[in-house]
Amino acid sequence: MKAMKKTLLAVAMSVAAATGVQAEGISNDVVKIGVLADMGGVYADICGQGCVTAVEMAVEDFGGTVLGKPIEIVSADDQNKPDVGSAKVRQWIEDENVDVVTGLVASSVTGAVTKVLTDAKKIALISASASNAFTTKACSPYNAHWTYNVAALANGTVKPMVESGKKKWFFITADYAFGHALEGIATKVIESSGGEVVGAVRAPLGTTDFSSYVLQAQASGADVVGLANAGTDFVNSLKTAAEFGLTETTDVAGLLVFTPNAQALDPAIAAGMKATTGFYWDMDDQTREWSARFKARHGSIPAMPHAGAYSMTMHYLNAVKAAGTDESDAVMKQMKASKPDDFFARNAYLRNDGRMVHDMLLVSIKDAASRQSADDIYNIEATIPGDVAFNPMLPECDFK
Amino acid sequence: MKGAVAYTIFASLGDVMATIFGINLFALSGQLLVGLINGSFYALLSLGLAIIFGLLKIINFAQGAMYMLGAFFAWMALNYMGINYWWALLLVPLAVGVLAILMERFLVRPIANEDHLYSLLLTFGVALVLQGLFTHFYGSSGLPYQIPTELKGGTKLPFMYLPNYRAWIIVSSLVVCFSTWWVIEKTKLGAYLRAGTENPQLMQGFGINVPLITTLTFGFGVALAAFAGVLAAPVYSVSPEMGSNILIVVFAIVVIGGMGSIGGAILTGLMMGVVEGLTKFFYPEASTTVIFLFMVIVLLVKPAGLFGKEA
Repeated sequence: MKAMKKTLLAVAMSVAAATGVQAEGISNDVVKIGVLADMGGVYADICGQGCVTAVEMAVEDFGGTVLGKPIEIVSADDQNKPDVGSAKVRQWIEDENVDVVTGLVASSVTGAVTKVLTDAKKIALISASASNAFTTKACSPYNAHWTYNVAALANGTVKPMVESGKKKWFFITADYAFGHALEGIATKVIESSGGEVVGAVRAPLGTTDFSSYVLQAQASGADVVGLANAGTDFVNSLKTAAEFGLTETTDVAGLLVFTPNAQALDPAIAAGMKATTGFYWDMDDQTREWSARFKARHGSIPAMPHAGAYSMTMHYLNAVKAAGTDESDAVMKQMKASKPDDFFARNAYLRNDGRMVHDMLLVSIKDAASRQSADDIYNIEATIPGDVAFNPMLPECDFK
Repeated sequence: MKGAVAYTIFASLGDVMATIFGINLFALSGQLLVGLINGSFYALLSLGLAIIFGLLKIINFAQGAMYMLGAFFAWMALNYMGINYWWALLLVPLAVGVLAILMERFLVRPIANEDHLYSLLLTFGVALVLQGLFTHFYGSSGLPYQIPTELKGGTKLPFMYLPNYRAWIIVSSLVVCFSTWWVIEKTKLGAYLRAGTENPQLMQGFGINVPLITTLTFGFGVALAAFAGVLAAPVYSVSPEMGSNILIVVFAIVVIGGMGSIGGAILTGLMMGVVEGLTKFFYPEASTTVIFLFMVIVLLVKPAGLFGKEA
């Protein structure tokens, strides 16, 4: 059967070569990349317009064309709303012949959008979402989850702390899908490492005042207070923890810290806090070179989803080129067969479940005295090998 | 008082926690106090709204954006001009007040005789534009602003650690709220103000410049929001979203207190802060909805609001 396929393919290819068209080739004579992100809301800084810039850079660095056909980019604002995001993606596929969707921020939006994409057999390149559902309970042969996920955050930040003797944990958790997922997976890591969770509060998304929760955390007698939230919630909760003296008596661990959030914090409050990240601009010459180019165009240093968006777009285009087509199954097969290797992807490979496994970084936030510039915010403490950071693949998600 | 009682119990029981019905009294007193602190923000913001609505009949949806502007101006004053927190507390409300006066004069007044809905939509539009502009130029992640050195640190109370800055928030906002209430309800100036909105023609006949009073009142109401914004800058994230997050709650508070009731807005603000604080303690998931639940009940039982006069 396989041999027959090969022969057929060879025949098709020679016919194509004779007539001057590519076998299968590029649908509609253009590779169209859709960038879907929160452009003006709470997550605008971590992906948003910056992800569009990163994808543009990837397309330009790639040469602007693939297999002789132009590469086009379209972008849209999902407003962090699943219905808005999935409607847009449906329109992209049906009316605008979009071949692949990148960006993808709020996990709730990504959940809805990946369903639409899988039904249409189109690839989702997920850069900014945290939930690990897209490669576990909602896994799909068309998902590729880059940058990071909640498992990597818990394994990277929580595990070493529990092992160093910080056994009792209390969580201040964002009360929606992402926060629950992060708290859940961190709890598993704590319990399996011999620690215990002594309490948790679920704070609604967008809570302004965390003092009540901080008092509850203080009363719990925990060794560590884990902040299972992100963005402004993270900044507000940490500020309050410092103000009420919690940071002096107890360790506070931010489980998801993006560089713009770290920059929004007074170093006096945040210094010394450890975090796990998929990328830091000042790691080596390669990351600095790309980040300088990004900053020149975008105005700020890249957060990890920006770097991830570039890396996955580049890997996708390389795969299209190698596969000789933009047909999703062939491209995904190629993406899994060849290893991504760029300033972002270190020791990286795209696993069969769609999880991009790569080295993560354990960083700590610098104090004011050791910062050379406003962008100089992290010390890199350790490199976490990809297979340690990310949980193993589930057998039911092994899409060969 | 509760704290003191709790303290005696604590002392007499030694290491045993002071609990009644399984509730830790220390924790509860702490929650009441932080609720009161939040309540003082609500009081300041709802007072501004109540003044503008009560005296001018304008539903100012830009109040949240003005609060955000207050926090951002404080940050800008510090970072661009080296103006410290204390001066910002005085100058920023003035600056934002002036902006509000311009907004009243050139945007709100031309539609003053139209339906209230017009000014509501206009101010809502202004709020969206301001929020969009700040997101564009400063991003959505927020900016850092330090607590002034004079107010760093805190006091150890028997039941909790009270940061000095939070104590300052309560004191300063209560002083501002109650002096505003006193001026409007108890002084001659306040009487002119109230009369000017009740019967503008008659007051104009007495030689009072009613349009000027209107403009200044609008400016003052907005300046209160900016004052709250400066107060908030060191403790909350200075971000473009901060105003829209708090505005809807503040509107609910104004409705609970009774649209346009000045004293009602202040008391309800404080009260709702405490209600929200207790909810955060007993059932945090409901903390953002509890005020709206309260609003529904009040509207059903007393449609004019707790302190409103029946129409």
